[in-house]
Amino acid sequence: MGREITIKVLKYNPTDSQSTPTFVEYTLEETPGMTLYIALTKIKSSIDHDLTSDFVCRAGICGACGMLVNGKPQLACRTLTSDFEGGKIELLPLPTFKLIKDLSVDTGAWMEKMSLRVHSWIEKHEETDLAKLEKRVEPAVADEVFELDRCIECGICVASCSTAIMREDFVGAVGLNRVARFSIDPHDTRTDEDFYELIGDDDGIFGCMSLMACEDHCPKNLSLQSKIAYMRRKLVMS
Amino acid sequence: MQIKYADALIIGGGLAGLRSAIATGAKGLDTIVLSLVPVKRSHSAAAQGGMQASLANSIMGEGDNEDVHFSDTVKGSDWGCDQEVARMFVTTAPKAIRELAAWGVPWSRVQKGDREVVINTKQTTITEKEEAHGLINARDFGGTKKWRTCYTADATGHTMLYAVANEAMRLGVKIEDKKEAISLIMQEDQCVGAIVRDLKDGTLCAYVAKGTMIATGGYGRIYKQSTNATICKGTGHAIAIEAGAYMGNMEAVQFHPTPIVPSGILLTEGCRGDGGVLRDKDGYRFMPDYEPEKKDLASRDVVSRRMLEHIKKGKGVPSPYGDHLWLDISILGREHVEKNLRDVRDISMTFNGIDPADPAEKGWMPVLPMQHYSMGGIRVTPEGHSVNIKGLFSCGEAACWDLHGFNRLGGNSVSETVVSGMIIGNYFADYCNTTEITISTAAVHQELDKQQRYLESLLELEGEENIYNIKDEMRRIMQEKVGIFRNGKDLEDAVSELKALLQKTKQIRITKKESHLNQELEEAYKVPMMLKVALCVAKGARDRTESRGAHYREDYLKRDDANWLNRTLSYWAAADDLEPTLKYEPLDIMKMEMPPAFRGYGKKGNTIENPLSQVRQEEVDSIVASHQGDRFTLQEKLMPFKLQPEYKRQNERIGEDNNG
Repeated sequence: MGREITIKVLKYNPTDSQSTPTFVEYTLEETPGMTLYIALTKIKSSIDHDLTSDFVCRAGICGACGMLVNGKPQLACRTLTSDFEGGKIELLPLPTFKLIKDLSVDTGAWMEKMSLRVHSWIEKHEETDLAKLEKRVEPAVADEVFELDRCIECGICVASCSTAIMREDFVGAVGLNRVARFSIDPHDTRTDEDFYELIGDDDGIFGCMSLMACEDHCPKNLSLQSKIAYMRRKLVMS
Repeated sequence: MQIKYADALIIGGGLAGLRSAIATGAKGLDTIVLSLVPVKRSHSAAAQGGMQASLANSIMGEGDNEDVHFSDTVKGSDWGCDQEVARMFVTTAPKAIRELAAWGVPWSRVQKGDREVVINTKQTTITEKEEAHGLINARDFGGTKKWRTCYTADATGHTMLYAVANEAMRLGVKIEDKKEAISLIMQEDQCVGAIVRDLKDGTLCAYVAKGTMIATGGYGRIYKQSTNATICKGTGHAIAIEAGAYMGNMEAVQFHPTPIVPSGILLTEGCRGDGGVLRDKDGYRFMPDYEPEKKDLASRDVVSRRMLEHIKKGKGVPSPYGDHLWLDISILGREHVEKNLRDVRDISMTFNGIDPADPAEKGWMPVLPMQHYSMGGIRVTPEGHSVNIKGLFSCGEAACWDLHGFNRLGGNSVSETVVSGMIIGNYFADYCNTTEITISTAAVHQELDKQQRYLESLLELEGEENIYNIKDEMRRIMQEKVGIFRNGKDLEDAVSELKALLQKTKQIRITKKESHLNQELEEAYKVPMMLKVALCVAKGARDRTESRGAHYREDYLKRDDANWLNRTLSYWAAADDLEPTLKYEPLDIMKMEMPPAFRGYGKKGNTIENPLSQVRQEEVDSIVASHQGDRFTLQEKLMPFKLQPEYKRQNERIGEDNNG
């Protein structure tokens, strides 16, 4: 027998006029290696069929399951229940994003808006002949781009960010990191001036107050703060 | 109720669907992509180890080309694949990877000079050529002759998906997420769109299109233990089944050797490709005893069976979750693990508290074969068109066009997603461009009303059953009776038990009666769909009395080329049938470029020969002996294949002149 754990979830359905935000407590037996994915799936199938949450890969790869776990934004699928000594866990939906229901929030719409704003794609001038050798890239440069490309758009940096709460259109660490990523990609022909046009304002690179919560909580351990500082310096210089 | 119109409707927003959308968008078609989740969360993101393309840049890939990739793929498939499709694929794969590079996938690149690698557990120095410097690198993978799998550490699917999704966004492709297609709109034998449910507000909408493509990935979640994401339920297959479409080789299900125990999260084949090895409870490396040539890197079906065979000999490591084996990558050294296998390390540390870079036993990770990939799927032509429903296309893992036969090689699946997105996406675009449909709004409303009533009827059910229990029961049956080792009795039981479950789905009760934001209602319509898919798998497996690739029958141990060199077609003959009808489509040995033979791994002498194999081999040998000219004209003589001219062009490689 595992120990008994208690999971308290803030439930609310904003589309239902009868619904009010309410904490609901579930008690269940902990199994070895139990994650919040396993625990919530168990609750949904055997205790409360109405509980809503989002899980896709359940392996920390897709970024679908960010939520506040005892006040900290993190990926639920990577969170082991055994990490909580008293066996008491409180779950709230990620702030800043539009609530769909209970623990499910609309990160997709937010990320789409950000991506369109920062032109989150390779801009290039020449056509690629696919039958010819690929363009050469210095191995160290490819590794550097990969490092920044590891972001999974989970939204945890946004949910951790004070600017994002104050400024609805702030692109967040995720957006600034994305610009940094394209700015060092040799396939992208944009100049610093071009990037300044995209993010040279308070909703972009000058909105960050350097509180660093984004980097503290990033599940991919991206060095967001140094990238934001790097981009800011680069764009100011230009 | 609403009706939306598009030229091209694509169901599924993973790599295959998005790449297809880029193809239709480029040809000026009004395209809509539907996705259950924001597209960057699609299961494509979970592909770790890499993408096969015969670039031959790395010194260990020297001499690689389309011919070698073709041969590996056909052997991997245990001669179940369509060899013309395999040719289309290997010819396009180098172009696909170069396109992705231009779209920003930060492929690992070749560094000229010496580097240390681990080969057969020995530190070895290899020297990369000066002229390869900065070109795309490759690692070793199972069942391949050359190092051909290109990668971005072990997050290859992620970087590919982001690049393709970004490019689709740049081109202004319309993507609608949190949308689920729940049925196809049929007009006689033609598909003219889909009925789509909005997962946020529960409303139904009809999407009418000249052509409809299903690119919804695999059906792994019908199994209890699967590496697949929670959304890989096969519902894309199910709506095609319900429209009458033929499925191909649904019993061909791959079990990956190294998901971690107990969570079932995949640890990439790249672990072994980079030199990691499997060990048993004594720390002994057992694979060379079974597979002297390919060792830990035989094809996945073979390695998975050898592992279970070894466990049956009492060599497994006991644990609360049953016996498992160890995967050892500590021998690769900390630096390599932290750089090239960092997600593997992260998964192992997070879910199991094991740092696999730690030396020896301390770093060994517990692994056991689990369901991983669906070779079977919607049966389509090499152009991706359903063989029996006009206007319905499919590509990627959802389809059976049929690249993988009875076993897929590692690294060929993410590669297939984009390659089929290019090839089939373009054929699909041509179809949509040249097709006009006439449809009455009454017919559309009829299907809409039918689905609306169906969902309402589910909410009205007042039975005793719980849909979650039915789902768990299905997944248990598939796991225990339609798994790696199969036999006639278990399969017979599985079919009848699944049929009983399908009937039980009409005796459920849904707790909340809301028509939206009700995940239990979603289960209630998905589980019967999953059961239909599961029945295609189980019945196909029951009736296939041979062992081929991943389909392994303990009561029919041999690959039977005399009687079973064919493709299973399963379909629902009548809507209220409880099981699929099966029929078979023969493979023509006399047209094969590579007639059936020994794969080079697995048990020898385990084939019931078809006399035609010998006849065709002699024919091939004589064509080869008398051939004058390059390898391309020889190939054309052996087995001509159709492909868009821009994709058929010869691929440039360093050190290879155009005469091959």
